[in-house]
Amino acid sequence: MADNILVMKNITKEFPGVKALDNVNLEVERGEIHALVGENGAGKSTLMNVLSGIYPYGTYTGDIIYNGETCQFKTLNDSEQKGIVIIHQELALIPELSIGENMFLGNERKGKFGINWDETYHEAEQHMKQVGLKDDATTLIKDIGTGKQQLVEIAKALSKNVKLLILDEPTSSLNEEDSKMLLDLLLSFKKQGMTSIIISHKLNEIAYVADKITVVRDGSTIETIDNTARQVDEDRIIRGMVGREISDRYPAREHHISSEVGMEVKHWNVFHPVYIEKKVVDDVSFNVHKGEIVGFSGLQGAGRTELAMSIFGGSYGTNISGELFINGKPAKLRSERAAIEAGLAYVTEDRKGNGLVLDKSIAMNTTMARMDKICSHGVIDVDKENAAAEEYRQKLNTKTPTVQQLVGNLSGGNQQKVLLAKWMFADSDVLILDEPTRGIDVGAKYEIYCIMNDLVAQGKSVVMISSEMPELLGMCDRIYVMNEGHMVAEMPAAEATQEKIMAAILKSGKE
Amino acid sequence: MTKTSVTQFIKKYTMVIALVVVFVLFAALTKGRLLYPQNMSNLLLQNAYVLVMACGMLLCILTGGNVDLSVGSTVCLIGAIGAQLMANTHLNAILVILICLAAACVIGVWQGFWIGYVHIPPFICTLAGMFLFRGFGRVVLDSHTVSINNKLFLNIFASYINIPGVDVETKWSAFAVGIVVAAVLLLFTIVNRARKAQKGYKQASAISQFGKIIVIDALVLVYTWKLAHYKGIPVMALWVLAVIFIYAFITSKTAFGRYFYAVGGNEKASKLSGIDTKKVYFMAYASMSLLAGLSGLLMAARIGSVNGDTGTSFEMDAIGSCFIGGASAYGGSGTVPGIMVGAILLGVINQGMSIIGLDNNWQYVVKGSVLLVAVIFDVVSNHKTGKAG
Repeated sequence: MADNILVMKNITKEFPGVKALDNVNLEVERGEIHALVGENGAGKSTLMNVLSGIYPYGTYTGDIIYNGETCQFKTLNDSEQKGIVIIHQELALIPELSIGENMFLGNERKGKFGINWDETYHEAEQHMKQVGLKDDATTLIKDIGTGKQQLVEIAKALSKNVKLLILDEPTSSLNEEDSKMLLDLLLSFKKQGMTSIIISHKLNEIAYVADKITVVRDGSTIETIDNTARQVDEDRIIRGMVGREISDRYPAREHHISSEVGMEVKHWNVFHPVYIEKKVVDDVSFNVHKGEIVGFSGLQGAGRTELAMSIFGGSYGTNISGELFINGKPAKLRSERAAIEAGLAYVTEDRKGNGLVLDKSIAMNTTMARMDKICSHGVIDVDKENAAAEEYRQKLNTKTPTVQQLVGNLSGGNQQKVLLAKWMFADSDVLILDEPTRGIDVGAKYEIYCIMNDLVAQGKSVVMISSEMPELLGMCDRIYVMNEGHMVAEMPAAEATQEKIMAAILKSGKE
Repeated sequence: MTKTSVTQFIKKYTMVIALVVVFVLFAALTKGRLLYPQNMSNLLLQNAYVLVMACGMLLCILTGGNVDLSVGSTVCLIGAIGAQLMANTHLNAILVILICLAAACVIGVWQGFWIGYVHIPPFICTLAGMFLFRGFGRVVLDSHTVSINNKLFLNIFASYINIPGVDVETKWSAFAVGIVVAAVLLLFTIVNRARKAQKGYKQASAISQFGKIIVIDALVLVYTWKLAHYKGIPVMALWVLAVIFIYAFITSKTAFGRYFYAVGGNEKASKLSGIDTKKVYFMAYASMSLLAGLSGLLMAARIGSVNGDTGTSFEMDAIGSCFIGGASAYGGSGTVPGIMVGAILLGVINQGMSIIGLDNNWQYVVKGSVLLVAVIFDVVSNHKTGKAG
């Protein structure tokens, strides 16, 4: 019999009105990397929260057998005592504190009088070495990038003497390079005998790193696929996740690219809003035709979001210079309102932070960018507003009982649809979509792609910023590559490959 | 009614139920004296300034739990300017009122500019304003109490509507107005339902909607009946109702009002949706000071004089009313009808305790407890409705 570090038996967890987990069984062998995959809301995170004691013993039924003994975790501390550490999708680090302080938060190294700082920083640096982090332990979290922050989380787990590491979407906010580094780190930990459970939407990463893959669907475990030989391909996993074949991950589209240019940017420069001498975007020029989807590839920090936001009424950066043409006419956009009126839309990468008002209704969010369309003399016509929201709910197939539902209660994919609805309602000619499929499941991604195809079919121009290269290759007509604020390559998607894009980035970095 | 609809009803109308309970309690404790026409009339007059300022404070709070601490001092300063102008010049009272409101606007623009366009934290900026305007107020008054004798000024703010011949012993005009208002409300509901039915829109059940309007109508009739047996409808009530009506309309029906909720809900998202967030802050504080100025005039007219301590701690009454009335301490939610209930609840407690003759110090203890309980209840009940986990 296999040496199982963890067995979860017949776990059932109910929320008022919903059965989130239904008789789930999970076996994790000692020393393996076990992946949990499934669509949003399938129950992966719930299962891990049950395991780590966030949902305490008694609120669920079933048994957790860890290291051969039945466990009844009542709090997160109980499970951490046993060496089970969970790292959540949203990092739990405090930006204003140092790396060392964060690592031992709630677990302080105490001396005779208060905290022993020498020991704290010494131990911190030892664990940081293990994850390949070379910064000083006194560096503040806010001064290091997301990739490094993720490493700090792992170092923090190591400081707790972790035996079973659970990572919930560890790479969702990382670029390809950082993701690769993180995954290799997991593989090296595995060699040292650590067990990990990883939840991810990025199937290529899972195929690369996982020994076993358990598919969760609608609150049940569907199957466990053995990937020890690394022979499982992404389509195989998708089949399990959606319960059907997705023959094509990217919907087909007839290409009707007009010769007319929707938006053109020439010699665009942007400086950092705080460190004003730092150039974030340096002499960038690009254009997008009507009916065309143009992709922007690049590593995190390449300046793509900064470029997009600075064009969108100067919502990022200082000292912005350059020429902007919309529908052939020169445009000077001094505010977001001016940008919207000029026919520009910027769909943010951070839908919760910058995109939606979570505790307001779908209807209100949908009309927010263009309230004048539902108003007469500044007075809102609520019936008109609801009708408009309902129209887009149907068009985008948003799953919700009514448009009065609060956006915060929707799943990630449906929130993204509301965000798109907002900008479709704004009736913009040029849409800049920043990471439009981040953190949403395969089915919802497909629907977002279809929406994008509809938009260009109407003659609109779409700019798509994405960190997932396959998505850019699958969806775009043309791809621009940015690195460190510069435009380093432009290629037709038909000729582009992941290798070519990476090569363009790496070559520019060497100069 | 099923069990869930009862809990929903209680949740939705918690503060209204609390108001009814407190009202009945004090009516009993005062052996019915609270219900005397004079006391009922005073209930409105004594709280006029709270009702007016709570409307403005709601906008500030909506933007993200921000408050304006300077309003009590603004009341003093504007009252002082008005009183001195009337005592020392021969300006027409209407001109004086316009000058005062213009001065209040200047104060509003001053604060709104710093808060909206220079990003000075509202708490600090208005704390500074609290000292500044109190100081200016006392300078204007030259440390005296200035009384107001201008007939026209007092008539505009502090008189009662009396129609000669009709209003003799009983002021029938007051009750007539009550009947008209009640009828209009009822008619409005009927017309609105018919319009919705015609367009095929979903609407609330007839029982709940008509039940609500009948209760409101009954209150209007009873209250105007009480007023009719005192001195009639106070002019001040018209000012207060006008402000309430305007602010209720702005917050619930206009795009401009919607901006305050959006900014309080997610400022960055609002900005990226093309909402001028700076202007939203500016307008919140500008309108607040204007209303504080109006309150200063109402206060001066009601008391008949202004001194250096006029308006002390008024800001706390306005802020307290908003939070008791269900405005979120984090911004983004709260309604004008809600905070009106909060203000009246505070008013009933104040007046009830005064009639009983409870020591002033204990009144503070009671008010503080009510505020804390209201906010605790709000936070706890919201967490139970699904935000946990």
